[in-house]
Amino acid sequence: MSTVAVIDYGMGNLHSIAKALQRVADAPDQVIVTHEGDAIRQASHVVFPGVGAMRDCMARLGELALIDVIREVSRQKPLLGICLGMQALLDHSEENDGIDCLGIIPGTVRHFGKDLTDIAGSALKIPHMGWNQVNPVGEHPLWQGVPPGSWFYFVHSYHVCPSDKADQAATTDYSFPFTSALARDNLFAVQFHPEKSQSAGLRLLANFLAWDGTRNPLST
Amino acid sequence: MLAKRIIPCLDVDAGRVVKGVRFLDIQDAGDPVEIARRYDQEGADELTFLDITASADNRDTLVHVVERVAGEVFIPLTVGGGIRTLDDIRRMLNAGADKVSINTAAVHNPQFVHEAAERFGSQCIVVAIDAKQVSTTPPRWEIFTHGGRKPTGLDAIDWARKMVALGAGEILLTSMDRDGTRQGFDLELTRRVSEAVTVPVIASGGVGTLDHLADGVTLGKADAVLAASIFHFAEYTLQQARQHLSGRGVRVRTSTTLP
Repeated sequence: MSTVAVIDYGMGNLHSIAKALQRVADAPDQVIVTHEGDAIRQASHVVFPGVGAMRDCMARLGELALIDVIREVSRQKPLLGICLGMQALLDHSEENDGIDCLGIIPGTVRHFGKDLTDIAGSALKIPHMGWNQVNPVGEHPLWQGVPPGSWFYFVHSYHVCPSDKADQAATTDYSFPFTSALARDNLFAVQFHPEKSQSAGLRLLANFLAWDGTRNPLST
Repeated sequence: MLAKRIIPCLDVDAGRVVKGVRFLDIQDAGDPVEIARRYDQEGADELTFLDITASADNRDTLVHVVERVAGEVFIPLTVGGGIRTLDDIRRMLNAGADKVSINTAAVHNPQFVHEAAERFGSQCIVVAIDAKQVSTTPPRWEIFTHGGRKPTGLDAIDWARKMVALGAGEILLTSMDRDGTRQGFDLELTRRVSEAVTVPVIASGGVGTLDHLADGVTLGKADAVLAASIFHFAEYTLQQARQHLSGRGVRVRTSTTLP
């Protein structure tokens, strides 16, 4: 049985992620939405979601005394960062004139930049909003049953740049190939919203619940 | 690369999906939860719910509809109609909406868009613009409120720019001249607004054929296309729409289910 704690720190709507996890959870699995450090420490799996701005994100985590909790569980158990929750795992973000993040995965978070264009030279909109294809880099249990090029739903203006290429778990093209997923030990993080990505997203969440935090294939 | 989105719109009144012609003459089109489920299975990229009467009772009904849909449909949901306060937004997001669309309240108080974007993030703030052409030489469109009945004198393209500057993450642009006519989008209006702003633009109003959807993207430069009646009455499925757009060279989400 798994107990998955969805970290609730007031950054965005957690209804969708909780509902999607409940949809893919097995009967005895529990999905809790919480900002209590103890509940997060006791869970077998942790989901770190979030939408909004990085400064507010770090401020809220600080107010709720969650920074050390997240650093602690990030060394111990399967943790899934989603969107802002992914970006917050890195060292530093350019957002809000520059702000230090959790420093759990080495690297930075950068803006897509102005005057973004596609191959044909047409202007691209920011935020990168909508469905785009995710191309896994290397094997990972969380990609099990998710073919290369599967479509996921994105909404973001910043993207992660890991210092260590080995942490890159997927790329997606938007003017250039950016890192759309990260994997490092027991951590997995995605820029897209699996809870809004229909069957591909539900499969990834189901894989996360079945994951033991290693590179071993899932026994499904 | 990013796909262009096809968004079915469900106009909701008293818990039922309805479709009006030029915002009048309402016909019943069914149960919103059933319709949402069907669109999801067919591979809709998002769903938009518009509360067309925006009364307090209707809003409570819509909150329940959104709750039920969000529990089983895992694609982005937008809710609009009668969103006037930060509390209205919070209620819809808590019910499971991912974005809210603000229309009349933005016209009465543009600062509301800024407050909403600051509080909830631009990614969930869609500003709905209902525009009507008021002159052809030079071409000019103005903003109308109250279901297209009330002129405001505001220039539609300037207004779109202003809304984005205040924090709108997306623009839902409806041509009041075309809405419900099935003659296609107002492509010139759509292109002008899309080129004027940095955020995605959803074209709306007037779709009668699958070519109209494709035109919205290729000629109107829209990032997403929204339609109601062609999908409600099962004239076309979402699969047919995707195939048609793909055939016209528009990049769409090709497979919506896993093998």
